[in-house]
Amino acid sequence: MRDVAIVSYAQTPYVRSERHRNEVEMLMPIIDEVVTKSGITRQDIGFTCSGSTDYLAGQCFSFVMAVDAVGAWPPIKESHVEMDGAWALYEAWIKIQCGEVDSALIFSFGRSSMGETAETLTLQTDPYTMAPLGPDAISMAALQARSGLDAGLYSERDLAEVAARNRRNALTNPEAQLAGEFDVDALLEAPYRVSPLRDHDCPPVTDGAAAMVIATADVARNASSKPVWIRGIDHRLDCHQLGSRDLTRSPSTELAGQKAGVGTGKIDIAELHAPFTHQEIILKNALGLDDDVRINPSGGALAANPMMSAGLARIGEASRQIAGGAAERAVAHATSGPCLQQNLVCVLEG
Amino acid sequence: MAEHAAVIGIGQTDFDAKRLDVSQVGLIREAAERALADAELDWKDIDAVVVGKAPDMFEGVMMPELFLAEALGGVGKPMLRVHTAGSVGGSTAIVAASLVQSGVHERVLTVAYEKQSESNAMWALSIKMPFTPTMVAGAGGFFAPLIRGYMERSGAPEDTGIRVALKDRLNALKNPVAHLKLPDVSFEMIQNSPMLWDPVRYLETCPSSDGACALVIGNEKHARAASNPPAWIHATNMKTEPTMFAGRDQVMPRAGLECSAELYKKAGISDPRKEIDCAEIYVPFSWFEPMWMENLHFAPLNQGWQMTYEGATALDGDLPVNMSGGVLSTNAIGASGMVRFAEAAMQVRGQAGEHQVDGAKKALGHAYGGGSQYFSMWIVADQPLQ
Repeated sequence: MRDVAIVSYAQTPYVRSERHRNEVEMLMPIIDEVVTKSGITRQDIGFTCSGSTDYLAGQCFSFVMAVDAVGAWPPIKESHVEMDGAWALYEAWIKIQCGEVDSALIFSFGRSSMGETAETLTLQTDPYTMAPLGPDAISMAALQARSGLDAGLYSERDLAEVAARNRRNALTNPEAQLAGEFDVDALLEAPYRVSPLRDHDCPPVTDGAAAMVIATADVARNASSKPVWIRGIDHRLDCHQLGSRDLTRSPSTELAGQKAGVGTGKIDIAELHAPFTHQEIILKNALGLDDDVRINPSGGALAANPMMSAGLARIGEASRQIAGGAAERAVAHATSGPCLQQNLVCVLEG
Repeated sequence: MAEHAAVIGIGQTDFDAKRLDVSQVGLIREAAERALADAELDWKDIDAVVVGKAPDMFEGVMMPELFLAEALGGVGKPMLRVHTAGSVGGSTAIVAASLVQSGVHERVLTVAYEKQSESNAMWALSIKMPFTPTMVAGAGGFFAPLIRGYMERSGAPEDTGIRVALKDRLNALKNPVAHLKLPDVSFEMIQNSPMLWDPVRYLETCPSSDGACALVIGNEKHARAASNPPAWIHATNMKTEPTMFAGRDQVMPRAGLECSAELYKKAGISDPRKEIDCAEIYVPFSWFEPMWMENLHFAPLNQGWQMTYEGATALDGDLPVNMSGGVLSTNAIGASGMVRFAEAAMQVRGQAGEHQVDGAKKALGHAYGGGSQYFSMWIVADQPLQ
């Protein structure tokens, strides 16, 4: 395998609603920033790959307009996944492993504010047997949270502590959407949103975008003072039918974590894409993380959950911790689908 | 490339306007099981799955690969979902090939599909968005002016499109899985069919189809061990340009010209017309055959129509094009690019039955999408690239 490093990362400020900018206008400044910081000219970037979904834009082929944010002239080698940008990173990493290109631009974007995200995600379920029943994303997550409570894996207080810690961490992240000091006892007095989940257990609705440049060793060393190396990257899938799964575990995260080599060294920090509090605990167990691992110094998806970018943002935020000297080795995780159906794990080193 | 890759299994569904006998699940299983049978492999032999299809709104399911996980044997495996507009079927095959060429996986299953009967593509393409003109005329309304531009530049005879349609519809009669078959098709029947988007007549346009296509791509070890002949992937390429700006030539897109030139270079081809034995290309409206003959460097600018006129692109011509009957006969949108790539592979495997080109050793598969702005292509051959 060729050594590949993250050489630059940028994200928009995460907000409840981007009222005055469309997707291209959100993307242009951050794409410009990552390309400039990479030290690689636009013409020399070998490959471009993006991640997004038409169901946020409410429009077919919504990714086509995003090409305008890249400056695709002369024409570029480009691809798109209808997935979180973390999987666009995976496709770009594969392209570099083929030896075809030495660098790549990855970006992702979405404006959840334009629809009802939790209900839109109902359309992700089996259209014949599940979607007609109308389960929204929060209700499905609540089923999962309940199964863990019933199994005695965590208490509602544990979940409130996860929420309080993530939003406290977000105080140092200027791009986070929800940050602050919250008292766990006060949080637990709030009514249920969908039992056993309260508002603090759920992610905010977020508009935003993220962009990254990766490169092979030769290019990265010339381009960046502190390249962050991708030492392992793998992604796996669980079955779709919730009734066929043990919702208290994430077998696909366990497997992806093993394949990516999480356990082969000490982990300093973890950025876990856990939109719901109980999912952070499931993921921590699946990856076998010790209690001294700092989880989500950025505030994670509970502080900002830009659909289609929240996974790529975990990898980007983890790379910032390493580039800034706060960590030597980190694990970053991205998820997709109902109740953590699909999971990607990436191990980064300075 | 770190590894050679080859197509070792091909499966297509029977295509039809409405496959009411199967769900989306049944449709993709039909293609995938045929591909696995062709490769003489079982689900457990597959390392990763790559799914492609056109907009999710065509069926009304967001990221449908998630609910297809079990049906595609994807549980516990890596699964990717590609979407690059109309070129997606080709891009999906290219991503699957790259998983093998990178050395990351040994055997990858890739499936592309569309079940147009579960929704209405014309509606899905006609949503009113703020501050943008609606495209209520469907794709034909977008492409007809580009064809007009080509006719004016090239001075091509007005019946060129009819001749393309007649050839492709005759080829479809030889393809057991093709959707639209008109046994009594004739020049006059096409000429007298209603004008939809001048100059595109009803019988010069593609149908709406349900269907899926699947490929198994293996590394050199598995390709050499396979009992059916492999189609070796010599080169792949993808290229994109923006939809619109003042400097863009939409009739003869630069992305397509550069994509094919780079592809030939990678495959060691210096004279594509001579060295390529047949080509299966994305022609949803008849006139795109001559336009793409030029864009693919098979003919000089403004002379592509002469190839159609002289019969060079017929099944017995010197460069047969769209031996399967093409997109004009079968268009399950998300699958259409992969069907092109699959037909190229079938030809060099000697597997194409009645629409086989005698002695085909090297073939081109081509797809395009968006506003003639996304291109994906590959060259496959009966021997590995030296």
